[in-house]
Amino acid sequence: MSKEEKKVNRRDFLFTASYTVGAVGIGAVIWPMIDQMNPDKAQQALATTEVDISSIEPGKSITVLWRGKPVFLKRRTPEEIAEARAVNLDDLPDPQKDEERVKEGKDEWLVMLGVCTHLGCVPLKDKGDYNGWFCPCHGSHYDVSGRIRKGPAPTNMEIPKFEFVDNNTIKIG
Amino acid sequence: MSEHEYTPKSKAGKWFNDRLPLLTLGAHLTDYPTPKNLNYWWTFGGILTFCLITQIVTGIVLAMHYVAHADLAFASVEHIMRDVNYGWLIRYIHSNGASMFFLAVYIHIFRSLFYGSYKSPREVIWIIGLLIYLLMMAAAFMGYVLPWGQMSFWGATVITNLFSAIPLVGDSITTWLWGAYSVDNPTLNRFFSLHYLIPFLILGLVVLHIWALHVPGNNNPVGIDIKKPSKDTVPFHPYITIKDAFALLVFMIIFAGFVFFTPNVLGHSDNYIPANPLVTPAHIVPEWYLLPFYAILRSVPDKLGGVILMFSAIFILFVLPWLDTSKVRSAVFRPIYRQFFWILVIDVLMLGYVGAMPAEGIYLVLARVGTIYYFLHFIVVMPVVGYLEKTDPIPMSISEPVLTGVAEPSIARKVNDKI
Ligand code: HEM
Ligand code: FES
Repeated sequence: MSKEEKKVNRRDFLFTASYTVGAVGIGAVIWPMIDQMNPDKAQQALATTEVDISSIEPGKSITVLWRGKPVFLKRRTPEEIAEARAVNLDDLPDPQKDEERVKEGKDEWLVMLGVCTHLGCVPLKDKGDYNGWFCPCHGSHYDVSGRIRKGPAPTNMEIPKFEFVDNNTIKIG
Repeated sequence: MSEHEYTPKSKAGKWFNDRLPLLTLGAHLTDYPTPKNLNYWWTFGGILTFCLITQIVTGIVLAMHYVAHADLAFASVEHIMRDVNYGWLIRYIHSNGASMFFLAVYIHIFRSLFYGSYKSPREVIWIIGLLIYLLMMAAAFMGYVLPWGQMSFWGATVITNLFSAIPLVGDSITTWLWGAYSVDNPTLNRFFSLHYLIPFLILGLVVLHIWALHVPGNNNPVGIDIKKPSKDTVPFHPYITIKDAFALLVFMIIFAGFVFFTPNVLGHSDNYIPANPLVTPAHIVPEWYLLPFYAILRSVPDKLGGVILMFSAIFILFVLPWLDTSKVRSAVFRPIYRQFFWILVIDVLMLGYVGAMPAEGIYLVLARVGTIYYFLHFIVVMPVVGYLEKTDPIPMSISEPVLTGVAEPSIARKVNDKI
């Protein structure tokens, strides 16, 4: 009797052990198949872009391509900055101070991804109810600071990692 | 499947059939007993098979000339249109073929809804059909990206961004789908690979769909179970094949009308502008066959909510066989459900219309009303009406109304009651 029981236990162990090894093996094969779809080294290598900003007049903006996405660089006028800072944070769906969206001492430069946080369209400048951007795809309105005010977009337009290389050059990424 | 045994007449045929019973399968398909009252709404299965084969054949030819690269794709499609011999014809058949495919599938699906073809014992046929429909949407969406025009690019951007609504992992998933940090060359490449693959997956599912169909046999306009073979059935060949062939011819005339006279009417002119990642077209709309879902997506002012509702609109169809509580299949004998059926048809058409309009003002209101009704139909109307409705009497057999000489089946039953 006890001999038989022992045999069953041994078989159970073998089953469990082979299932486990099998599962690990399958996982080890599947992961490369999944991960190959992530951005490759060539894509990752495009990670930074330098932009010359010396020719942008106050109140004007340019759009550059960074990692396949548009980036808006806007040189804001003092009035625009004042307007952005006068907004009551309680009125914002995604509350964030304008100061947190720019580099200290470089308040006139708004550098942000020109990508609507709803489904990724490029918003149009100087449009919409808040004097900022308007996304034509499903009607999201952004203010002068690129913060979402109205529409289906859940968050403010994203601020990418960037730095001032010197007074005339911004490095994005 | 078939009850009868089949023996090939020739010796060679018998030799082969003993080793691989393909001839038995052939005989099953020709003799397959079919209800004799099938109307023209039943011809769309054959039409759909034709559409799939057409897409595969024209697609393989297009792939011989098409280049899946962000810098070359648009030019290669123009090259197909201008330089390749009959390239314009093949491409127009393929692009309009996608629309015809969806036209046929929508008729086929609403046919099933009207005649209760999704109900026991045909739930698995219905579910496989829905899987085919899902794959068709994926195939058509990725195909539309291939010409790399403005609509291709921005359609791809908006649809892939739907996944970014998923909490926590959303952004990683979209990046993984793109293979880049935006829709870009890697995205185009993989979409081409998958666009090539999916139709063959569909083909496999079609085989399962028909296999599952041949177990209980066809439903029919009166929706009753019939004995097979019997007075109520005819062999598939030549009775159904000839009817299918005639319907297919009519369908092909309409198809050819689009291809030769208005090949671009169903497409969007912005797709003849090369993709530009810096500028979104003023009005981005999906292809017409996705518009009702697009309207549902936009009717919700919340990103995640809109995405969930849009996917639910499709997935709710999977549980339909269990939401419908009525014991009677065909809407012919369901006076109340029949009216709700037509309201649903109008509702879906209206959603399609507002999906093409800007999401504001009256259109937004209509989209919201339409969306609410769509879900009410399945979640409330189907179970409740099935439970409360007093259905008309159903005939005992398909032949009965004919043999009693009374066209109206309900009257036929009354005659019977007297006997
Ligand atoms: C379920 C079946 C299929 C559907 C619904 C479908 C749908 C589509 C659609 C909507 C387009 C865009 C047409 C345009 O606007 O130019 C397209 C393009 C394309 N498809 Fe398909 N397709 C199918 C099967 C296939 C197959 C099997 C292949 C290849 C073997 C293929 C190869 C191509 C190619 C190379 C293009 C790009 C050329 C062009 O845009 O005309 N397709 N497809
Ligand atoms: S993508 Fe901007 S509102 Fe939808």
